[in-house]
Amino acid sequence: MSHLLRRQGWVLGLFALFVVLFIVTRLIQPAYGSNDFGSLVRAVLPYAFAVAAQTVVVIAGGIDLSVAAMMALTSVTAASMMAGASEEYALFVVPFVLAMGLVLGALNGLLIVVTRVPDIVVTLATLFVLQGAALLVLDAPGGAAAEWLKALISGTVPIPGLPDAIDAWLPKALLVLAVCLCIVWIPLRRSRLGLSIYAIGSSELAAFRSGVPVKRTRIIAYALSGLFAAMGGLALTMSTGIGAPIPGPYLLASVAAVVLGGVALGGGKGGLLGPIIAVFVLRLVRTDLTLLAIDPNVTAIIEGLIMVAVVMFGAFITMRGRQ
Amino acid sequence: MSTSAITPPPVPLGRRVKRFMADRPLVPLLILLVVLVVILQILRPGIVNERWIANTIKFAIPLAILAGCQTMTMLTGGIDLSVGTVATMSAFIMATQIVNQDPAVAFLLAMMPAVLIGLVNGIGVGVFRVHPLIMTLGTSLIGTGCLQVYQRTVIASGAKIPDFLAWLGTGVTRLPEAWVPSEPARQWLADTGIGFAFPNALLLYVPVAALIVFTLARTGFGRLLYAVGDNEHATRLSGVRYWQVITALYITSSVLAGITGLLYIGLIKAPSLSLAEPLVLPSVAAAVIGGTSIFGGRGGYTGTVVGALILTVLTTLLTILQMPEGARRMLFGLIVLFVTAAYLRIVEER
Amino acid sequence: MTTSPLLDATGVAKNYGAVAALRNASLSVLPGEVHALMGANGAGKSTLVKILTGAISANAGRILIKGEARDIRSPAAARRAGLLPVYQEPSLIPDLDVLSNLRLTGTPVEPFRAWVRELGIPDLDIRDTARDIPLAVLRVLDLARALAVEPDVLLLDEMTAALPANLAEKVLEVVRRQGDSGRAVIFISHRFVEIAALCDRATVLRDGETVGVVDIVPGVEEKIVELMLGTRIVKTHIAARTAEQKAAPAPARPRIAVRDLRVGTKLADVSFDLADGEVAGVVALEGQGQDELFAALAGSIRPSGGTIEVDGQPVKFSHPIDAIRAGIAYVPGDRSEALAMQRSVRENIALPFSAALRNWGPIPIRRERAKVLSAIERLQIDTRAQGEVQRLSGGNQQKVTIARWIAADARTILCFDPTRGIDVGTKQEIYKLLRELAGNGKSVLFYTSELEEVQRVCDRVIVIFGGRVVDIFTVEEADEPALMRAAYGLPRGAEADIGILADPSSPSATAPEPTP
Repeated sequence: MSHLLRRQGWVLGLFALFVVLFIVTRLIQPAYGSNDFGSLVRAVLPYAFAVAAQTVVVIAGGIDLSVAAMMALTSVTAASMMAGASEEYALFVVPFVLAMGLVLGALNGLLIVVTRVPDIVVTLATLFVLQGAALLVLDAPGGAAAEWLKALISGTVPIPGLPDAIDAWLPKALLVLAVCLCIVWIPLRRSRLGLSIYAIGSSELAAFRSGVPVKRTRIIAYALSGLFAAMGGLALTMSTGIGAPIPGPYLLASVAAVVLGGVALGGGKGGLLGPIIAVFVLRLVRTDLTLLAIDPNVTAIIEGLIMVAVVMFGAFITMRGRQ
Repeated sequence: MSTSAITPPPVPLGRRVKRFMADRPLVPLLILLVVLVVILQILRPGIVNERWIANTIKFAIPLAILAGCQTMTMLTGGIDLSVGTVATMSAFIMATQIVNQDPAVAFLLAMMPAVLIGLVNGIGVGVFRVHPLIMTLGTSLIGTGCLQVYQRTVIASGAKIPDFLAWLGTGVTRLPEAWVPSEPARQWLADTGIGFAFPNALLLYVPVAALIVFTLARTGFGRLLYAVGDNEHATRLSGVRYWQVITALYITSSVLAGITGLLYIGLIKAPSLSLAEPLVLPSVAAAVIGGTSIFGGRGGYTGTVVGALILTVLTTLLTILQMPEGARRMLFGLIVLFVTAAYLRIVEER
Repeated sequence: MTTSPLLDATGVAKNYGAVAALRNASLSVLPGEVHALMGANGAGKSTLVKILTGAISANAGRILIKGEARDIRSPAAARRAGLLPVYQEPSLIPDLDVLSNLRLTGTPVEPFRAWVRELGIPDLDIRDTARDIPLAVLRVLDLARALAVEPDVLLLDEMTAALPANLAEKVLEVVRRQGDSGRAVIFISHRFVEIAALCDRATVLRDGETVGVVDIVPGVEEKIVELMLGTRIVKTHIAARTAEQKAAPAPARPRIAVRDLRVGTKLADVSFDLADGEVAGVVALEGQGQDELFAALAGSIRPSGGTIEVDGQPVKFSHPIDAIRAGIAYVPGDRSEALAMQRSVRENIALPFSAALRNWGPIPIRRERAKVLSAIERLQIDTRAQGEVQRLSGGNQQKVTIARWIAADARTILCFDPTRGIDVGTKQEIYKLLRELAGNGKSVLFYTSELEEVQRVCDRVIVIFGGRVVDIFTVEEADEPALMRAAYGLPRGAEADIGILADPSSPSATAPEPTP
């Protein structure tokens, strides 16, 4: 129990913060109900996947600047493929786009390992390349999404026997998020591969000496990041019904949520749950600011300030850790 | 000092070429520039004329100054992605404040956010050791937010481009032909259509460029930029305080970006909230092409200037070839990756 | 003995560029023996270990394991071949708990637990994160993890360093039994006491070559010291110093007075003086706290206790600039730490000039040039390739790091192994320079890993072992065998006899402080 508390203390604290913020939201706007919660989750969805993508790479001791661009590319690819196509065709589009994310992510990792150029430079370059590719696929927001895909994240999960009042608080989007993340993360976390990802982020030398294939593990970490980013791209298309080639503000948000979620920027520490809760916290702050009738642009500034402060705090902690 | 000549051991040609490229990046760059111009001339005979040259220079100058910001930050192993936002902010504030403010006051107001963002960047990178890329990206998002709020407050009063900036940005001054000393040269200039005009922006740019070159080569601050980027630990042992250098650097970079914004608004003449944003990526690419190492410690501004010219000509070429914006971005990204990887190989050779 | 060796490495060589780290090393370990691998600093021990464990690959040589030629390309391959190392820095992943660390390496849990108990840690919680476990325990866990997979050859690098006495005892016991059970152990140690108590044979390396394999019998350490030093054992006579080279008469007040200096667990209660006009040597085996001593004096790290006085004034350095302002300059041993490799000789020498904020403006080119040139001339730096320091030879690079502080006119220079890996001619020049500096009234603190340098350069020698000053010699007393013995913690003047070696309570055999 004490282990759990010590290790998950940060996550529990974050969760408590989320609950407090939720209560604050109810105080500001007593009418804030299950519908609003549903739209919060839908807004969180792409951010959550972006954060998951960043988390895997940061745990492995790297950083991925191309997350947002990867989401834009996968989103426009999905939207343009589904435009005018049949509902069934989307059954093919989804795995295709996911595979695309996986491969492009692996390419990121491969470039880092082969060229030995630092991850931050390589992913900056791929950021440009993926952005350009997204513009080639669609030069303006457009495309379409299959109806069943859109339906997948709207509404609530009907669970027979559960009173509606509770059922209403279980938006489908939350289920989709949980399923997508768990399907990848839970088997990974327990496997030797998952341990290897933590190992190379924690201490590359110790990992090498423990017999971990450092290069291969790094490539896989980036591939997983690509996979999560592709999920994020799909989530974007699902929630908006179109694809937009210009990347959203997901990069900085993902880095900030990773730091806020208790994952050290040096690598090796933390889990996926913390950053995901952190995203909910950050989004809820935005909701509160909006409910307080603050100019949305001012909200953007406050949000930016919070993110920069969090990143500075994280860097400060990392620096302290090194000394 | 010993000056006795020794016969160097025979070096394979490939390595010699690499070393030459590393030592004198300017020569292959100039060749590349000429090649691009020649290709352009072949594709569109007669395009290279007085107007085209003036235009190319006019558009290359804002890019070249922003690339100067990248050069200086990259020398220390950093990068400044907030230059686009800073330039946009200065331009927008200038254009709106000039409506009912004294030009000098408007100028000071326009430069204020530049100094502030530079300061925050410098403290974030120098004191808290945030990666410069993340830090400058963050401040640029905040800056954009601030600009949007600001736009609301001035929406009623409108905006105008000060005549002076328009003159500086787009104006061309014709030199008396007699100033060109030799008759054959005059004849050649007239025949080829290059002519005797020069863009007014050069009046601002030449001193700025000279100042950057001088700072990097002949001042203590410039020395430290190179040294910090090459080996931060060594500078620490020599008594250099990292945060001082970095803070001063990012403020300088931001101020230069602010000035670029003023020049750019005179050129584009349409204040918008994403005015200089499209220049950010090319500014990084120009510095990288110009031979400045993204890892720090190596490079210079003259290469960057040629890099900016190359990119401007390349953009014209790509436009003529009707290459879409997306492909252009991909190309720039690949250039950055390729040049960095190649540079790494050259360094490892030794 | 006729049994075939478990591990047999012959003719192993490794070059780093033009530098040969290993020339012709061999190591043969029989089943059932504990085999010591010995050699002075830089003899190639660590390179050989890295090759055997797959961290780097050799340029030449043959490695047989159980009579079978194996190409060990990675630590994983070494593991499969039955060769397991335990390094000085534990290789458990700091951010994973012990159980995950076991899973990562495929180590069975129950044998591991049994070994941990055996090694004297009864109350281990395997859900503890490695980072939270004290270093000493972590090293023992690392050993237990290796033992749990029953390796044929166990390679222990300074296994008892940083272990408190009770744990060290258990470890030695287990290692001994490992040998008795027919497996083999390669044991790397600086402690003669342990080697005498534990090992059957020893392989001695010098300058990248195996120079001897000896059976451990009483009195053998004299022979081992001899082998490690090679022909240099011949007592060098101090060249009579000319009057101008003699140390200036010592002033009443020392230039630097260090009292009870402590740095973490690395350095404990170090006290000594450094006077104007003297070169004080520091001699220590690798990692005995000398790095921390120099870093603390240079303002790079903050000491955790004790005082440093400069010219009678107590000082607290928080940044190297504070030390530089007090006239103390640090020349690190690793040249790549001190030089901006892609910049010119001139910029490197002039670097301290620009450090202060007020000197950020235009550089007074002529004045700088004069200062730099005079420093270059004084050190006779070969400036043919002065455009980039990285194109200079190692010796010239080292001269540049010193020239910087001559140009800046520092009063005290802390030289950390300045002659490592440079040619003989340059070494001579550096010796001469250091003497000249002392002659001009400057003071020099000079750590060296080459004992023969001591009598050429120093006026006094401070010997550090296990983070403490164990002896201070005058130059006349400081011949190589005496220094070597002192550096290994053997008391001065004692004849090598079994009594000292067998008695772990003798002062020379005290284990270092247990880590908290």
